[in-house]
Amino acid sequence: MTSKTEPVLRIENLQISLPEGADRPFAVDGVSYELNAGEILCIVGESGSGKSMSANAMMGLLPDMVRPTAGQIIYGGKDLLTLSEPELLDLRGRKIAMIFQEPMSALNPLMRIEDQIVEVFEAHGLLTIKERKLRALNLLIEVGIPDPEKALRAYPFQLSGGQRQRVMIAMALALEPDVLIADEPTTALDVTTQAQILDLIHDLRERHGMAVMFITHDFGVVAEIADRVAVMQFGKIVEHGNTDDVLDNPQHEYTRKLIAAIPKLHAEKQDDASRQTPVLEVTDLCKTYRSGGGFFGGPERVVKAVQMINLELAAGETLGIVGESGSGKSSVGRCLVRLMEPDSGSVFLAGEDMAKLKGEKLRAARKSIQMIFQDPFASLNPRTKVGRIIAEGPIAHGVPKSEAFSKAVELLELVGLDQSAIDRYPHEFSGGQRQRIGIARALALEPSVIIADEAVSALDVSIQAQVLDLLADLKQRLNLALVFITHDLRVAAQICDRIAVMQQGKIVEIGTAHDVFNAPTSAYTKSLIEAIPGREKELAAAS
Amino acid sequence: MADFWKRFKRNRGAVIGLAILLAVVLIAVFAPLLFPQSPWKMVQRPFLPPFAMDRFPLGTDTLGRNVIAGLAYGARVSLLVGLISTLVSLLIGIPIGALAGYFGGRVDDALMRFTEFFQTVPNFALAIVLVAIFEPSVQSIVGAIAIVSWPPVARLVRGEVLSLRSREYVEAAILSGQTSITIIWRQILPNTLSPIIVLASLMVATAILLESSLSFLGLGDPNLMSWGYMIGAARTVIRQAWWLSFFPGLAIVLTVLALNLIGEGLNDALNPRLSRKGK
Repeated sequence: MTSKTEPVLRIENLQISLPEGADRPFAVDGVSYELNAGEILCIVGESGSGKSMSANAMMGLLPDMVRPTAGQIIYGGKDLLTLSEPELLDLRGRKIAMIFQEPMSALNPLMRIEDQIVEVFEAHGLLTIKERKLRALNLLIEVGIPDPEKALRAYPFQLSGGQRQRVMIAMALALEPDVLIADEPTTALDVTTQAQILDLIHDLRERHGMAVMFITHDFGVVAEIADRVAVMQFGKIVEHGNTDDVLDNPQHEYTRKLIAAIPKLHAEKQDDASRQTPVLEVTDLCKTYRSGGGFFGGPERVVKAVQMINLELAAGETLGIVGESGSGKSSVGRCLVRLMEPDSGSVFLAGEDMAKLKGEKLRAARKSIQMIFQDPFASLNPRTKVGRIIAEGPIAHGVPKSEAFSKAVELLELVGLDQSAIDRYPHEFSGGQRQRIGIARALALEPSVIIADEAVSALDVSIQAQVLDLLADLKQRLNLALVFITHDLRVAAQICDRIAVMQQGKIVEIGTAHDVFNAPTSAYTKSLIEAIPGREKELAAAS
Repeated sequence: MADFWKRFKRNRGAVIGLAILLAVVLIAVFAPLLFPQSPWKMVQRPFLPPFAMDRFPLGTDTLGRNVIAGLAYGARVSLLVGLISTLVSLLIGIPIGALAGYFGGRVDDALMRFTEFFQTVPNFALAIVLVAIFEPSVQSIVGAIAIVSWPPVARLVRGEVLSLRSREYVEAAILSGQTSITIIWRQILPNTLSPIIVLASLMVATAILLESSLSFLGLGDPNLMSWGYMIGAARTVIRQAWWLSFFPGLAIVLTVLALNLIGEGLNDALNPRLSRKGK
């Protein structure tokens, strides 16, 4: 596709050292690659693989203690690593631009969008004030923001996540750079928005002939957008080649492992006859948030987070609740366990209405419905030993201490951790191990229903696969009913028996996983499934 | 722990502060051994200047009492009052802040209005009134200082608890059926320890200053020699005998400075992410 010309940017044998006491001596070790004009290179790897480091070195954005020790980054005949700060200042933005993962924190919350884009020209002393404003408008039109004139006057918080990312891209494009570095630009976005942003980057690359370096952890995104891929592990590039070659015929064992760990978009067909009697019945659940108003008036903001939700869950069954951010899926989960008070409706669990219990009765009823949380780092008390974390629940319900602790040991073994973990603190464990501890804690009270709220979203894909396997295994062995809340349709397809799709507080579709994925009835579900990155490639491979 | 010490040591001021404080503590502990005679006893002629006689290196006061002995015994009073009044104000402030932050709503409103009531009255004026009402004694001084200095503790703890109570591990504890008191005690308070320790170290310094000010005004315990009393008694003769106010003043400055330096070092060591970068 690209004619064989001189690459825009060349990295040769780059080595970046980490401070002493890190888990390895080099963040990036002997990495070489080239970026050609009009080409998208994806750097893929799990967290800690060093995939963002070479980009940061290019922009001179490395943290204080991290230093490049060998190698070169050649751009325009010069080695970027040897440039002085003023020389780098001129290059940044003008020749090499960067967009980040979290557009909210990359934009100044107190400046209007127009001023932020104008500032880019101002920093490089280009154009007159009038021309700058005109360019800002044209840029917003180019990145496809609806109602660009209004967006110019808006503050970042008034735009949606996808619109903010479009503004970031507009700012990056402002000075027509040769190289665009995109560091996980779609990770914080919903799947449909992600698809739009990927299209936009793809499109702009063609129109401007930029070289794009796209850093991601998601192989689905790679399949959508990349021309070439470099797979990184422990700071080294383990595989490098054309996208189709790498994805269809991975050579390195690590690449193969990563690709195999991606949940397949395929749900098994199941016979409905095997369903057992329901353990959890939810009828007409509603929850509305109100904010604003109050003493000084002003319009009250009303968000109907959960509207007339009806669900049924049998023992041994997994019900997935999927939806984009703001769809109310987490609110449903929190209402079920009463971490949030539902406004109306009932939640029948073992013959009792969870939604109406109070005080001591609620405390007792909660034993049989437990939760697994999203963030493996925030969900364990940093100052409590793991054994105590797991045993706390049973102790609170009157189980003698020694018995609770010996049970904790059994549970640790059940979730695949060594029993020596009992005397250690949470910070000594990795994210995946912490999530296993969270699962053990949820199991400690022998619940009949477990709610998993984005339980694997914060994990790397290979760890995610292990935790999903563990959940599936536990569910079968203990005959648990599982409510699995997720934004990731691939994960839902892998683990769920039935799926409920939520949009704006309502269930728009509910059915067996097989039916929802293969014959979705609602238009919204269809658009969600079509937006899954890498889907076309997978379909092509399957046929 | 070793890690904590390493980070603490990086702040040189804090180490100096710790050394000064250690010296003051040693002097206070061994005062009866160093100076077996009561600091109230007349031992030489009045107004003996410092460094004139080896036995009385800092001279004597208006009544011929040994100044250095007074300083040593004064250290006991200052440290004791500083520590105990801080402990008492923590005992008042932590529960109020924790309950207000955890339960929120009306409980929070009621407790915070109560706290503001104390904050709106000037500290020192309230302390004077309290000591005057209850007659000057160590107990009444400690009580008065504690009563005027707990509101900042309550505010700090409330803020910390507010941010911690929505953490996932607290929610997990709620789901596992732990009672509110257990959750506050086991899950939340241990995680607020660092800022409380830092605040407490600074409060000891303020308490020492408050006690000195009270004694200076003649509201100290009449049976105890204290630094503030020494300065207060010497203020009428400051032009004839500068050393009578200077040395107790220096003792107060050094001790308070030491405590402030330690507080800053603790802050760096306990909140590594907030500590200033570089150096």
